Amino acid sequence: MNLKEWIFTTDHKRVGILYLIGSLAAFAVAGIMALLMRAELSTIGPTITANPTNYNVWLYTHGAVMILGFQIPALTGFFANFCIPLMIGAKDVAFPRVNALSVWLFYVGVILALMTFFIPDPPDIMWTGYPPYSTITTGNTAMYSFTVLILGFASIIGGVNFLTTVAYMRAPGITLNKLNIFVWCTLGAFVLQLIFVPVLGTAVSLISMDKYLGTNFFDPAKGGDVLTYQNLFWFYSHPAVYVIFLPFIGVVFEVISSHARSAVFNYKMVVYGGIGGIVLLAGEVWVHHLYVSGMADWLRIGQMVTTLMISIPVGLMMISLVGTLYKSSIAFTTPMLYALGVVFLFLIGGLTGIPLAVPSLTLAVSDTYYVVGHFHYVMAVAGTFSIFAGIYHWFPKFSGRMYNEFWGKVGFWLTFIGSNVVFWTMMDIGVEGMPRRYYDYAHFPQFESAHQLMTAGAVVLGVGFAIAVLNWIIGAIKGPLAGDNPWGSPSLEWTTVSPPPHGNWPTPPSVADDWHPYAYKKG
Amino acid sequence: MHKQQVKGTIRRTLTAVCGSMLAASSWAAGVAQSAVPKINDPARGWDSLWHEVIVDITIIGILFAVVTAWFVFSSRRTADNQVGASPKLTAASAVGWTVLPIFIFLSIDLYTAANGWVLWNHYRDVPADRLEVKLESGMYSWDYTYPNGVRTQNELIVPAGKPVLLRMTSRDTLHSHYIPDFRVKEDSMPGRVTYLWFYPTKPGEHLVTCAEYCGVMHSYMAGRVIVKSADEYAAWMKQEETQLAAANAPAEAGTPAAKPAAKPKKT
Repeated sequence: MNLKEWIFTTDHKRVGILYLIGSLAAFAVAGIMALLMRAELSTIGPTITANPTNYNVWLYTHGAVMILGFQIPALTGFFANFCIPLMIGAKDVAFPRVNALSVWLFYVGVILALMTFFIPDPPDIMWTGYPPYSTITTGNTAMYSFTVLILGFASIIGGVNFLTTVAYMRAPGITLNKLNIFVWCTLGAFVLQLIFVPVLGTAVSLISMDKYLGTNFFDPAKGGDVLTYQNLFWFYSHPAVYVIFLPFIGVVFEVISSHARSAVFNYKMVVYGGIGGIVLLAGEVWVHHLYVSGMADWLRIGQMVTTLMISIPVGLMMISLVGTLYKSSIAFTTPMLYALGVVFLFLIGGLTGIPLAVPSLTLAVSDTYYVVGHFHYVMAVAGTFSIFAGIYHWFPKFSGRMYNEFWGKVGFWLTFIGSNVVFWTMMDIGVEGMPRRYYDYAHFPQFESAHQLMTAGAVVLGVGFAIAVLNWIIGAIKGPLAGDNPWGSPSLEWTTVSPPPHGNWPTPPSVADDWHPYAYKKG
Repeated sequence: MHKQQVKGTIRRTLTAVCGSMLAASSWAAGVAQSAVPKINDPARGWDSLWHEVIVDITIIGILFAVVTAWFVFSSRRTADNQVGASPKLTAASAVGWTVLPIFIFLSIDLYTAANGWVLWNHYRDVPADRLEVKLESGMYSWDYTYPNGVRTQNELIVPAGKPVLLRMTSRDTLHSHYIPDFRVKEDSMPGRVTYLWFYPTKPGEHLVTCAEYCGVMHSYMAGRVIVKSADEYAAWMKQEETQLAAANAPAEAGTPAAKPAAKPKKT
């Protein structure tokens, strides 16, 4: 195993693992930022830094890197790369070299994002980069623009690659109704990426042009408009939530179905109602991020209805997940615990989003810790738990070895408890008025003990995540050999050896007429 | 002018479409909600709608969680080679399991939307008898201008019992005038005028804080709404008016000591 082979690899599995390593490194850095922020907030007034700009830079890095450097690349980079060709019985992706280019670009983007700490004026504009502040700050807005453009481009070429792969490279006999739910979910996510990433690219390019080249897209004194940026930004960034949500719920479907040895309940409802519904609605709900931004009243009311209607596809998926558990045969392995954790925590995250769909209710809670708690339940907890569930689930396949069950479960329970302590408390004080993005909460002394509780919870959460990552590293080096199909799953990726060789199967697989990725057989 | 007309027509049509979509369900909500008295204070309407929605989502959440927990604990694997034994769905039941949940979720959605819409109209329709104050926000202060030209900074002094309308703009970055006690906020920004109103009923003090990231000192950008009784407010306003008149006409008042710097601070 030499480094050059890995860097210049065109094998989809190795590209996937490169994505995994890069995104976990990004996760670690962004997680440390979160701990720094929690440390700062543990007392009123300056705690570990007297300069609010430091806090704002941590907050920017935490948000931007978690979303653009960890979640999207882990889900649409690692899982999509590793699983999709194996699940559809293909030798590789349609354009292996383009695939290699996308992982290189991803590394350039991540390195650019992390260089934040080595330049004199790091960006302090939050991951949203709203003008006018982003065009007048001394912070380096260009760095933000280029990071987003490069990561976005990496994602677009990944999307083209996977849509082509699934369209043309399925093994004989794998019809559209026999695709894994994860494959469908990822296709939905890539369709959204292809439609909406260009809009984000436009938005972040325009703020840098405003700041450095003297254009006036967002300067009302010279004929621009401030709100235009927010519309462009959320026109992408709300669908981005589904770009994360769809693959992560797809992973949860795979894990729950495999470890419960039970067919996905009402498969077509999930594919056409759930995934289809989300792809259709994704682009019509962005205004709910602008309920207090001064948008036209009729637009706020119209998108209240579409936003609430998101509950329909998401609800159908939840019904299917719960239905899959009915009369199943559950093994409480570590990946299964994480996946069941997602079902419960996503329930909290999803339901607490309903009040946020109603503009009149957001007048009080918008831009408070309630919103932060809500979207951390959805993204940080449910999203990250499903990434962890997926890594544990496919760990035997991509490493050929087994992780340690005991430490896996210890890590799960620590993260489960820690995340509830942090994010439940967050929603609680948010309803009472604690605004987000505050370096100091001198005006809210009543929340100090709640902040200290959250800091303690964040430490528990961090320890839990660290245990999981150590478990993988140790397991990959000296875990016991896992065998080809430790979970007894009929899904195609388990029919080849672990880890799969270049080309995946010595002879291309073909499937029987009654085969289905979720047809579990006693044996 | 023509363009303006077309825009107006489009806006009216869309409002009508959105409105009539909701009107039907708002009628249903109205029937179910008839016990609620006519809201005078949107903040109280917020409290009751928030409470209702939180109760609803708690019930749905507990229902889902209990069913899931029951399925999980009744489905533990007992033998290594065991597989799930869930029944296969017939085509009819598959359709049923799709259509019925869609119908249930959609009715919950429309019911919530209708209630939210009613409260929204209340938040956006400002009573005619009101105190109208202009707000210019900036890094990092709230500058208020009363109709008679009196200015204050970071202290919005209002009489109890009269709705207060703020017409807001910003001289630099985005800010959001958030009064947690009155359950209301709205962003202010350069180049546009936004508004919010609230209804102070009793004398007292309420925190105003910035809820939109506006720069380095964002978390320190705060002020107060000070609600005085009508008499105290009138007395205060009279005093301010006198001072303002004195500052505007130093020569006539015969006080050469009054220098232009006594004019209300403008930054």
